[in-house]
Amino acid sequence: MATSRLQMDVVETVSPKTGEAVPAAYEHPWVVRMAHWANAICLFVLTASGLRIFRAFPSFGPKFEQHNLVDVPKNLTIGGWLGGALQWHFTFMWIFIATGVVYLGYQLFSGHYRQVLFTPKDIRGVWPMARHYFLFGPKPPVTEAYNPLQKLAYTSAVAFGVLSVLTGLVLYKPVQFSLLAAMMGGFHYARIWHFAAMLGFLAFIPGHLIMVAIHGWDNFYSMMIGWKRDPEYLRK
Amino acid sequence: MSAPEPKTPPKRDHKWSAMNRRELLKISPVLLLGAFAFEKFQKPLLDAGVDFSDWATDKLFRGHHLAPTFADSELTPLEKFPYNGYDVIEPEFDLDAWTLTVAGAVDKPGEYTLAQIKALPKINQNTRHVCVEGWDVIGNYGGTRISDLLAAVGADTKLKFVSFECADDYYESIDMASALHPQSLLCYEMYGKPLDRGHGAPLRLQVPTKLGYKQAKYITKLEVTNVLQAGKNGYWEDQGYSWFAGM
Repeated sequence: MATSRLQMDVVETVSPKTGEAVPAAYEHPWVVRMAHWANAICLFVLTASGLRIFRAFPSFGPKFEQHNLVDVPKNLTIGGWLGGALQWHFTFMWIFIATGVVYLGYQLFSGHYRQVLFTPKDIRGVWPMARHYFLFGPKPPVTEAYNPLQKLAYTSAVAFGVLSVLTGLVLYKPVQFSLLAAMMGGFHYARIWHFAAMLGFLAFIPGHLIMVAIHGWDNFYSMMIGWKRDPEYLRK
Repeated sequence: MSAPEPKTPPKRDHKWSAMNRRELLKISPVLLLGAFAFEKFQKPLLDAGVDFSDWATDKLFRGHHLAPTFADSELTPLEKFPYNGYDVIEPEFDLDAWTLTVAGAVDKPGEYTLAQIKALPKINQNTRHVCVEGWDVIGNYGGTRISDLLAAVGADTKLKFVSFECADDYYESIDMASALHPQSLLCYEMYGKPLDRGHGAPLRLQVPTKLGYKQAKYITKLEVTNVLQAGKNGYWEDQGYSWFAGM
């Protein structure tokens, strides 16, 4: 697999603020944009219906040592009852899986993953970026569409997705996937890992939304149209 | 002296705007998911989702792949094994007069006594019972294979379903492949003792490849059939649970 920097299409357009010619880069191909918005809907439905399912047995481990851990407010859930929530979960899990397969397949075969995949060479850049975001440190130079911290966040999100699907398979079919269940430490651990994957998403999403709010319209709009106007890494 | 050069007014980039509109239109198919927000489409869409799940998991089912079994030391103590009746834990009926009605596509339909069922080879197994709610217990079950009973009554196992009726008006049905699975039992003992009323005496299903709500208790009738009438698929299934419910 090639490791060189991803080459993006670049066009000239006009800055609406200054009227000057500025470049625009095609950051998000169609498949990536479709997957992004489909995932946003899937994660909302799967989390809300999943919390309703969790309400039926808000515990981990076997029945006879049940400790009700948390009473998830009904208003945060969808489906109305366990059966209804399962219907939402069992419908959107397919949409989520299909989206994930198409996304990962596209990223791999187009080489587009190089834009966003966190690799060992990005490790060094994580701390300076975190220091800039959270501790008012100096801003590291922007040379790519995604900085090391972003790559870490987005790569983690994909890992949470893979984890939630694999653990979900074990919860859904513990007999057919008994080997996978054993690899996770058993049936009870699959439920814990499935929950952990959801918490991972719940940790990722607020940070993601705050960053989108901070970075302005052109950045947000690029996930709709693919093109980002006047990106920092193309400035001279 | 030359006049200062007039500042060029910001010009709109029409080519850019047209390209934006085109790209925006291209992701519009994702709006189709919005159909789920309309009550009119919601039920058929979710029904289709559950039907697809059942179809896919029927394909996933392997008739010879065994459910995990457990050591006696891993058993949930019998007194902690929950009675999970849907309605009445101890339906009123005369245990001594009980028989199993066998009907449908079988050579020898009729009434079968518990003694006749116990005369078939006995299987004893420790398997996991998983509730749709998410909890599970590991139980010890003794009984006869459904497949042995089907063979004894001369059932046509090319048919699709085996359906069950119960003394408490519960009803269930399972696919033939799951009925023929070597661990699928008509269970009359738990932990070496005859079933107590709460666990479904005198006869219950114990199919370790299916969820708990499929494990019908107080079975009174077994039928081999190709047709499940609407509203007769299963007590909970008819209210929206998955029918296949395979694990």
